[in-house]
Amino acid sequence: MSTIELRGVAKRFGVTPVLTDVDLVVPDGSTTVVLGASGSGKTTLLRLIAGFEQVDAGTVSIDGRVVDDGVRSVRAQHRGVGYVPQEGALFPHLTVMGNVSFGISRADRSRAQELIDLVGLGGLGRRYPHQLSGGQQQRVALARALTIRPSVVLLDEPFSSLDASLRTGLRRDVARILTETNATTVLVTHDQNEALAFADRIAVLRRGVMVVSADPHELYRHPPDVTAATSLGEANILAAEVAGNWARCALGAVPLHSHAQVNDGPAQLLLRPEQLVVHLEGGPDTVAAIVVDTQFHGHDTLVDLVVDDPEHQALLARVPGDLVLSRGQRVWVEVHGHGRVWSIDHGTDGESPAARRRA
Amino acid sequence: MTELPVPGTLAPTVPGRWHRRPGRGQVTVAMSVVIALALLLPLGLLALDARAAGWTEIHRVLFRERSWYLLQHTVFVSVLTVVFAALIGMGAAWCTERARLPGRRAWTVLLVLPVAIPDFVVGYAWHSIDPTINGLFGATLVMTLGTYPLVYLPVAAALRRTDPAMEDTAHSLGAGRLSTFVRVTVPLVRTAVLGGGVLVFLTVISEYGVFEILRYQTFTTEIFTEFQFDAQAAGALSVPLVCLGLLVLAVDGIIPRRAVTSSTTSRVAAPQPLRRATLATVAALGVLVVLGVGVPIGTLLYWMAQSQHSTLPAAATLGAATGATISYSALGALVAVVLALPVAMMSFRRSTTPRIFLERSTYVTQALPGVVVALSLVFFATHYAFVLYQTSVLLVVAYAILHFPLALVCVKTSVAQAPARLADVGRSLGKGPMVVFLRVTFPLLLPGLLAGFCLVFLTAVTELTATLVLAPIGVQTLATQFWAYQSEVAYGAAAPYALVIIALAMVPGALLGLWFDRERHVRANLTP
Repeated sequence: MSTIELRGVAKRFGVTPVLTDVDLVVPDGSTTVVLGASGSGKTTLLRLIAGFEQVDAGTVSIDGRVVDDGVRSVRAQHRGVGYVPQEGALFPHLTVMGNVSFGISRADRSRAQELIDLVGLGGLGRRYPHQLSGGQQQRVALARALTIRPSVVLLDEPFSSLDASLRTGLRRDVARILTETNATTVLVTHDQNEALAFADRIAVLRRGVMVVSADPHELYRHPPDVTAATSLGEANILAAEVAGNWARCALGAVPLHSHAQVNDGPAQLLLRPEQLVVHLEGGPDTVAAIVVDTQFHGHDTLVDLVVDDPEHQALLARVPGDLVLSRGQRVWVEVHGHGRVWSIDHGTDGESPAARRRA
Repeated sequence: MTELPVPGTLAPTVPGRWHRRPGRGQVTVAMSVVIALALLLPLGLLALDARAAGWTEIHRVLFRERSWYLLQHTVFVSVLTVVFAALIGMGAAWCTERARLPGRRAWTVLLVLPVAIPDFVVGYAWHSIDPTINGLFGATLVMTLGTYPLVYLPVAAALRRTDPAMEDTAHSLGAGRLSTFVRVTVPLVRTAVLGGGVLVFLTVISEYGVFEILRYQTFTTEIFTEFQFDAQAAGALSVPLVCLGLLVLAVDGIIPRRAVTSSTTSRVAAPQPLRRATLATVAALGVLVVLGVGVPIGTLLYWMAQSQHSTLPAAATLGAATGATISYSALGALVAVVLALPVAMMSFRRSTTPRIFLERSTYVTQALPGVVVALSLVFFATHYAFVLYQTSVLLVVAYAILHFPLALVCVKTSVAQAPARLADVGRSLGKGPMVVFLRVTFPLLLPGLLAGFCLVFLTAVTELTATLVLAPIGVQTLATQFWAYQSEVAYGAAAPYALVIIALAMVPGALLGLWFDRERHVRANLTP
């Protein structure tokens, strides 16, 4: 039982508040990804859980035991929390074996060797950190953190410094190893793909405030506000008029989720690019549009469109990679699935409706 | 879900495993404050000394024709030396870092060797060859030969750091080699040249031995002479000298520094072919090394060969002096490095304005000539701590104060090698602060600590002025023995002492060279 629980946590450096009233529960054995831009306070959050920093207010508890209550805190070396810092932070004067066996007794060398093998670096035990690639350094850092049999593992942007080609493989390996060790895991990142792929739950941190914490599927389809929607992937945010369970927008009437509780009237409507299905011929419930640009990604293609009417509403659609479209081509767009709406009077979070997708 | 205990009422699960919120590095700050105050003590003592001397005394000593004459002499030799040392240092650095120079590695070592040869030995060598080498000419010659490495080293380091792409770009924009050097290279190393020049200036105004040998009177020679008759007049005379040093340090502090973007690539500049100039360049550098290193060592060997056995010192005397020099210098170096550690950690771990100010204040000792620090310590001992008077403690303290900035520079480099996040990782692996310090922080700090120790040791071994004032009666160091013999024009008897000094200074010098080379490797490894 190693639930991590943060209640009303606040932290400031000097006069600069870094975290404000943060609540977060990471259930035992699960993986939570904290998603936030740089400077949002995500590393500080990890350092508080690890015990390198102390909270100014609120409580941190691990396994039901308060480890920091704003007055006193359990020292880092007594928390048994495995920590994988950004870019590994391996001890430069120690070999791979020296790094991994740092936290355990000499008699336990075999365990260090097991972990080195587990992360796929068997045979590299005598190398020094500067003789390893970035991905190998991350693997060593993970093995080192696991030697103390932590019930909680914290990872700080573990894959961000790696090439895209390495990233996917390492991410899969790390996920597998962490599942095997059954550790409660918190990973912080600014990369939404990483968050969606890795997480059981995603917590969005924005300027030191926890915006939401939810299941990735849920969060992708029902983000709490426009900013959360755009930070989790490409999104169409359209001006709409809500009437009952329908929203009327440039693409016609779009059905809303039955549990949507939005007052009738002006609203913002979220449609993910994959909800816009592009047809080469017109049909019922389709709207004519013109192809502005295409970005080919191999397995799929992102298509920039404008609705072929005087309003020229811009749209982003995701189509299968084998559908070849050319600029200026006329197509027909159909909406699949349900829309997510926010009333204009609240939940817009200061974003202009034109902010359609993440840069 | 476990019920959350009420904050504040919770008893520690395991006694001693909880800690109250720690002050962030307040211990190091407190230690740094104490150290900075101790380092600034000579300034305060100087003020007390001058006050004790009284206004009439100060007036008598300072406000006379002779003071003006001494000030002119001091400034003339300092400015001339700075100019020549800067030109030679920059030129030599360009040759070893940017030109296709035959035997480049050997030159990088040979050009730094004068650091290991005390300036007063160089002065003695030249003067013993030709007694007409004296006055401003001789003083400038000897000081330039001894101090140009202080410009060469930082400029060479700066050239190594800067991206050669800048010079390549200048060439691609049509600038010739000279034009590129003047318009791109010189501005790039401006900060390094300024820093080196300030060090040269402070070294020259503190110099005593050379000027005494070459009969060139400056404030330091005057202070020393006065000290033998009238300690209070010496204190009064120190005031303008210290003011001059502080002025230069202040000017150096207010000159704006643009951060030079250092190269993120490990690309090394493609050395430029010297073609027909190769021979001339090698000859020029050769002359420089012969004048600065060859002549002094050759002269020493010549005098030793010339002397009869009877005039050479007994091995026992030489051994005792060597032992004294090693132990005092090593102790001084140890104290300086130990004191530098908390100051370096304080300013590196969190650089807030008060912390930077505190750190910078310790550099003020650079402006204090050895004779002034020595005199202030004598004043301190005679007035407040007589038990320390005529003990080696004062000498060790003087070495530590004088060379603290050198130790700090090295220790700061090594603190950067041991970032706090590594210690954090160590703690997260279940190790206490002591274990983490011993197994992570200390091993990473060690090379820098050793470098600082070597640098201070080397400088202390070649130190003369403070040693002459503070060495306890009956104790002879290599420098004081050499000084005693050469004052009696017993050149042959003096020579072995100088040779041992040079030998002692070469060992840490070579270690330092290795360290700088290693630093370069570390940097190369960090860059992908």
